[in-house]
Amino acid sequence: MKIRAQFAMVFNLDKCIGCHTCSVTCKNVWTNRKGVEYAWFNNVESKPGIGYPKNWENQEKWLGGWTKVNGKLELKAGGKLKKIVQIFANPNMPQIDDYYEPFTYDYARLQNAPLSEAAPTARPVSQITGEKMEKITWGPNWEDDLAGEFEKRSKDANFSNMEKEMYKQFENTFHLYLPRICNHCINPACVASCPSGALYKREEDGIVLADQDRCRGWRMCISGCPYKKVFFNWESSKAEKCIGCYPRVESGLPTVCSESCVGRIRYNGIILYDADRILDAASTDNEQDIYKAHLDLFVDPHDPKIIAQALADGIPQSWIDAAQKSPIYKMAVEWKIAFPLHPEFRTLPMIWYVPPLSPVQSQIDQKKLPTESDGCIPKAEAMRLPVKYLANLLTAGKEEYIVSALNRLIAMRSYMRSIHVEGTPDTRALVNAGISEETAKSMYRYLAIANYEDRFVIPTSHQEIQIDDYHAFQGQNGFSFGNDTSSGMSTLSLFPDRRKESMEPREPAPAAAPRGK
Amino acid sequence: MNLQKLIFAVYPYIALTVFVIGSWIRYDSEQYTWKTDSSQLLSNKGMLLASNFFHIGILSIFGGHFAGLVLPHGLWLALGVTDMQHQWLAIMAGSVFGVMCLIGGGILWLRRMFNTRVRASSRASDIFILSWLMVTLVLGLSTLPVSVGHANHGDATVMLALSAWVQSILTLNPQPELLDGVDPIFKLHMFFGLTVFLVFPFTRLVHVLTAPLNYVARSYQIVRAKRTS
Repeated sequence: MKIRAQFAMVFNLDKCIGCHTCSVTCKNVWTNRKGVEYAWFNNVESKPGIGYPKNWENQEKWLGGWTKVNGKLELKAGGKLKKIVQIFANPNMPQIDDYYEPFTYDYARLQNAPLSEAAPTARPVSQITGEKMEKITWGPNWEDDLAGEFEKRSKDANFSNMEKEMYKQFENTFHLYLPRICNHCINPACVASCPSGALYKREEDGIVLADQDRCRGWRMCISGCPYKKVFFNWESSKAEKCIGCYPRVESGLPTVCSESCVGRIRYNGIILYDADRILDAASTDNEQDIYKAHLDLFVDPHDPKIIAQALADGIPQSWIDAAQKSPIYKMAVEWKIAFPLHPEFRTLPMIWYVPPLSPVQSQIDQKKLPTESDGCIPKAEAMRLPVKYLANLLTAGKEEYIVSALNRLIAMRSYMRSIHVEGTPDTRALVNAGISEETAKSMYRYLAIANYEDRFVIPTSHQEIQIDDYHAFQGQNGFSFGNDTSSGMSTLSLFPDRRKESMEPREPAPAAAPRGK
Repeated sequence: MNLQKLIFAVYPYIALTVFVIGSWIRYDSEQYTWKTDSSQLLSNKGMLLASNFFHIGILSIFGGHFAGLVLPHGLWLALGVTDMQHQWLAIMAGSVFGVMCLIGGGILWLRRMFNTRVRASSRASDIFILSWLMVTLVLGLSTLPVSVGHANHGDATVMLALSAWVQSILTLNPQPELLDGVDPIFKLHMFFGLTVFLVFPFTRLVHVLTAPLNYVARSYQIVRAKRTS
């Protein structure tokens, strides 16, 4: 047994309101540079929909993630030799149009245009070529709130094994938001796909990073990641991906997407797992059993034997304390209400999701829906969102896990309602769902109240034991010898330099006229 | 010093020195710039054919030049390959891979010049080096009729002279006079080829030096620890 710590997150989809604050903060902090205008380390998709990039979930098309070949775990796109053979042209490479052509607007025109009958328009400008674009036909969130025809959105891979035609009708339509970031997988396919070995998983916290110096732009990680969360910077020719906001996390702060989440749906924490059993878990025969195997990888941070082993494996005591208070462990392991996204990709992702409830209030008011014993809260099967769809998203199609989680969420509501509305606790729903009053109260605290200190339990990193000579890093930035602060911007350099400015319309807006006389 | 001496006795050393030292410095201190500069994300059209043809073609041509010019003459004779067989082999392989490279490289050049997205993301050095390689290639292919003429007359002297000259350079005993009887088209091709070495460290070509062949031998997962103990 080898215990490792993983920085993990849970997103409570039940509370996501699709405001995109996470996406915008992330964009502003990490990807508002030339070459990654199109890249969203964090994006929020409207489901059902094909998502970003288009149809990313369809691995028959992209061949991302892992599969089993003759009983052995292998990259779905093929093994190492095949990768070398395909290195001159990656046949599975997504195109910029699969994401969208990044654009801005010619805003200066609004002020520069000569006097005319019609109001001037700011035409879109491509941020790659700088040319005017005739019409924008796709964007980072084109399907927002179920925009567009059902025919196109229903290409969504999560409709597999479902009679999807009925969801076309207005009465039966359903919707959920799916915020997505890099899953910082335990068995990352991007790392495995990288011919230069530039991508790696950090031992201390499990964050997956792309080494910018080591990356040569062989672009195998782009197609290898089944979540399409490694992006190709077309300006620098390097792979870039969500860095788990590691400079913040190392200091004990939540990621910016989590910190800024107005719905308070994001939980950050540590979870301990047994690194010796990764391959076994990822190689589980039946796709529908991978979730269970993944769950079994996690170890109990309260078990004295585990604690002793963790300390022996170099995990600091403060991290074990954090693992014991981890909201991730509670939701994923203790309450079993959170699930990994598409476990069938076999990467063992570490961003887990609490499935959303979707009651139909008017139906309940008219007593048309089967409800819990309190007569107010509907049963899981009676929700608007088809359980099968959620199961395809979160448990490789196995519905019983989803039903059980939804029932627990419902039972918690029913129980808390009885306390707050009736004044007497009614535990009938809890008994049916198999959870105790104590658990229900704890779930209420974490899910409904979601205090900052409950959501974010992040131990600071221990640089003092990780770096031999930490004084050596003093004075490394700022004025120094060598080129460690080089921006590579010198125009006279013999070596190819990096251009930094993003493409913007060059026409300047006129200066404001002086006021008065 | 006449032009022949300058180009075929001095210039090779300048080119090779810049090639070695320049690549070394860039690898040492500018790792971030050491990359393929792939533009496949921006335009994938025809890339499967073009990029494969170009790369397989150019790598094979490089290997062919190395085998034919750098490996000692005696080695070939010891292997039982006569000079005429050697020359015909060079002509055949050169034309096959040359044409392959020409087709692939031609498509890549058109794409780089006229695909607006690829053009916009190109640096001057990208356009320069691809164009230079294509000119070098065309000049190389233009030597084929001359070589075929020699081969038809059972004459391998030019081939042997070229090989002897390359070896004279590499053994630090430059003998430009070996090239006296060589057709000017060869010399022009050689000048362009030598220049590729000269500009190599300043272009994207460096990525060939870090071809990730060790990937085949490594384990899939990579975990890096900050902790040293």
